[in-house]
Amino acid sequence: MSDKDTDVGRSSGGRPRRVIGTPRPTETQYLLGDDEGAAGPPATPRAERDEDPKKIKKAERVVAFFFGLSLLGSIGFVAAYIAFPVSGMAETALSNRWLGLSMAAAFLGVACGGTYWVRRVMAPRELVEEIHPMPSSVEERRDVVEYFDQGTADSRFLRRPLLRRALLAALVPLGIAPLVLFRDLGPLPGTVLRHTAWKKGMRLVVEGSGRHVRASDLAWPGSYITVIPEGFEHDLEALAKATVMLIKMRPEDLHLPPDKMAWTVDGIIAYSKICTHVGCPAGLYEQQTHRILCPCHQSTFDASRAAEVIFGPATRPLPQLPIGVDSEGYLIALSDFHEPVGPSFWERG
Amino acid sequence: MTPRTSPTRRLIGGTGTYIDERFGSANFVTRSLRKLFPDHWAFLLGEIALYSFVVLLLTGTFLSFFFEPSAEHVTYNGSYENLQGVEMSAAYASTLHISFDVRGGLLMRQIHHWSAIIFIAGIMVHMLRVFFTGAFRKPRELNWVIGVTMFILAFANGFIGYGLPDDLLSGIGLKITQGMAIGIPVVGTYVSFFLFGGEFPGTLLIPRFYILHVLLIPGILLALITAHVVIMWYQKHGNFARKRSTEKTVVGAPFYPYFVAKTGSFFMFVFGVTALMGALVQINPIWLYGPYNPAQITADSQSDFYFGFLEGAVRLMPAWEYSALGHTLTLSIVIPALVIPGLLFTVLLLYPFIEQWVTGDKRHHQLLDRPRNAPTRTGFGMAGVVFYGVLWAAAGNDLFATTFDIPLFATTWFFRIALFVGPVIAFVVAKRVCLGLQRRDRELLEHGVESGIIKRLPSGEFIEVTETPSEEAQAHLEGKKEIPQIALPARDDGGVPAPHSRGVRAKLRAALNRLYTRDEIEVVPAEHHRGEHGEAEHRELSSTE
Repeated sequence: MSDKDTDVGRSSGGRPRRVIGTPRPTETQYLLGDDEGAAGPPATPRAERDEDPKKIKKAERVVAFFFGLSLLGSIGFVAAYIAFPVSGMAETALSNRWLGLSMAAAFLGVACGGTYWVRRVMAPRELVEEIHPMPSSVEERRDVVEYFDQGTADSRFLRRPLLRRALLAALVPLGIAPLVLFRDLGPLPGTVLRHTAWKKGMRLVVEGSGRHVRASDLAWPGSYITVIPEGFEHDLEALAKATVMLIKMRPEDLHLPPDKMAWTVDGIIAYSKICTHVGCPAGLYEQQTHRILCPCHQSTFDASRAAEVIFGPATRPLPQLPIGVDSEGYLIALSDFHEPVGPSFWERG
Repeated sequence: MTPRTSPTRRLIGGTGTYIDERFGSANFVTRSLRKLFPDHWAFLLGEIALYSFVVLLLTGTFLSFFFEPSAEHVTYNGSYENLQGVEMSAAYASTLHISFDVRGGLLMRQIHHWSAIIFIAGIMVHMLRVFFTGAFRKPRELNWVIGVTMFILAFANGFIGYGLPDDLLSGIGLKITQGMAIGIPVVGTYVSFFLFGGEFPGTLLIPRFYILHVLLIPGILLALITAHVVIMWYQKHGNFARKRSTEKTVVGAPFYPYFVAKTGSFFMFVFGVTALMGALVQINPIWLYGPYNPAQITADSQSDFYFGFLEGAVRLMPAWEYSALGHTLTLSIVIPALVIPGLLFTVLLLYPFIEQWVTGDKRHHQLLDRPRNAPTRTGFGMAGVVFYGVLWAAAGNDLFATTFDIPLFATTWFFRIALFVGPVIAFVVAKRVCLGLQRRDRELLEHGVESGIIKRLPSGEFIEVTETPSEEAQAHLEGKKEIPQIALPARDDGGVPAPHSRGVRAKLRAALNRLYTRDEIEVVPAEHHRGEHGEAEHRELSSTE
């Protein structure tokens, strides 16, 4: 658009030009259509404009260019497959990039060429077609009902109650009986969810290394490690419930009822690491505020106050594991958890 | 030109004769080749979904040649050095194998994941298009139901696929699923034990998920897609009102060669763009997460985008739990995991029938609504979009908190309030915008288009010359159909309510209908006001020049 836009004059077509302060002409043109009174852009497509053989020839070259690009892409793809082996990180990245780029070129070449072909080379055509009403005639519909009634009558299904009831009695169980097959999809839950692998006297081992833990290993307040029951290092089902976090705190920071205080060793407290919300490992511990945070849904527990919930969607504190010290000075469990760990369930009570 | 003797023509003629003699299909084929497809950018959205599904099938088949759906413990000894010697499941090891030891494997994995995201996003935008243009109305209600069913299946299959590689992130996703499953009232623990074949994680889930992911759900999807497209083909594509595009006529380019070439190119675009993304944009680098271990977790774990709204719902839900008679009801799980998605999908499934019940509109609709012309529907839709959007954004409440240094407490409460206030505001604003746009349309029809010419009358008065809109524009503006109002002939002379307006349901229906049609703006066809100071004056002005 040139500065002529602001002229209060007329174009050669007799069309008023844009006046300062009025909207840009794009919309106006659409709303007004052509001056000759012909319909707007959608109805008369580029019919005359694009019939020019020179333009078509030029467009054909563009399409051929894109299709050629696609061909190169395919050749490049095969070449990249042969040329770039995969193995390490860098090699795989290189192979992935060239395979992907050549593949994209192969597809996008056809895509662009095809679109250009439709838009610029194909003879423009826009047709109007009548839509025939969807519904059938009343007679046709009546015929269906009549035929169906006749068929039902011929079968004598409605007249023969014994047959009807016997068929029903046969078919309903046929659909339901196979459902028993689903029974063996899994065992019944029983009370499994109420217990974990922890037992009296079982030693705590560090997750990952398998080392036993002494109270002196957590010398400094704020120390935090994840421990699991000895002997279950590779048992994922056991770990999914029995994983525990050990936190060392200054004794004066611990605000616990006396019975739970007895479950700690020298300021070391053991909480289930399985969040009581939906069971993610609540793995983030903030030393200064004694907060345990679950990274999944941000449930926050206060480690100094029996892990009670201070924020988020969890409804219950993290259960505490009673721990003690065995004759060799290693930390052990005094018993299993006294309540079910992890998320709530219907039978939990 | 000698078309009769051209070999191509002979080949097609010969094949055609062969098929026609066996199926008698010539008439059908001609009709199909000549079928008209209307042209509008919004009609491409469904094709995005369709073609990304094809991409999913192709890449997924390739992946299945290498993937081992097994939880069996193996020790990794492939090319990725950081995990050599680490114990992991066969599923995770084979995913690493695909990524680092199969040429093109990583590319196929990334294209597969990206096209899954594009598939679901494509379904969503297509669904919004269909919703806001009223394309779900009679006779297309059942195709809408098929579409929503496919949306749910696509959603489920995306989630299941996410769980297959058995990396740390996917394992945490499964753990969350299990934690929610056992929270279902009464049957929760049974659902979980039957799904996992016992305790979490067990060894049965991966093979079970695998067969659902590669056979059962894609099979159902394929059948439903076929039905969806055949029904669309049979009922014809909806169209916006134009001069020659009416309830009785459709305007468009024929299937052959135009639509074939267009849609073929579009398929290539979809494949090309997913290939480009697979080449350049990393997605789900499972090797960085390590194998699943129930004792470990990563911070900032985020699900794929389409799962965000459920994740957000879980995060926003207050900690409500009740115990009585030895049973526990955990509303903080039940509401976000069951009630919200259940409500969302049910409303989506039933919407065409609800709207039809409220408006009593049983007409056939070949023409689409412009969103502005159905203000209540548009408002309701926008309320839904905002409700979904708030839940979705809430899934990143921790990211908002850390990125902008806002307390998590504040972000959570902000989203909690926005969840209820946002949709109301969205409804009112969207409806008002629609009504404003309708008034503008009406004014265009009544007074014409401002020509930008100011004319001074002999009396000294200045008026702006307006022109009659083009016929095409008029047809488009007049395409608005009035929304039927169910008159409530409340009482006859004796004060007795009419039979069909009695009862709670009838009253509810009448109330909803009033709400739906309250701000109706009537469209007055342009002929009724033309010539006031329109074309005539414009001509006059031209001649005086």
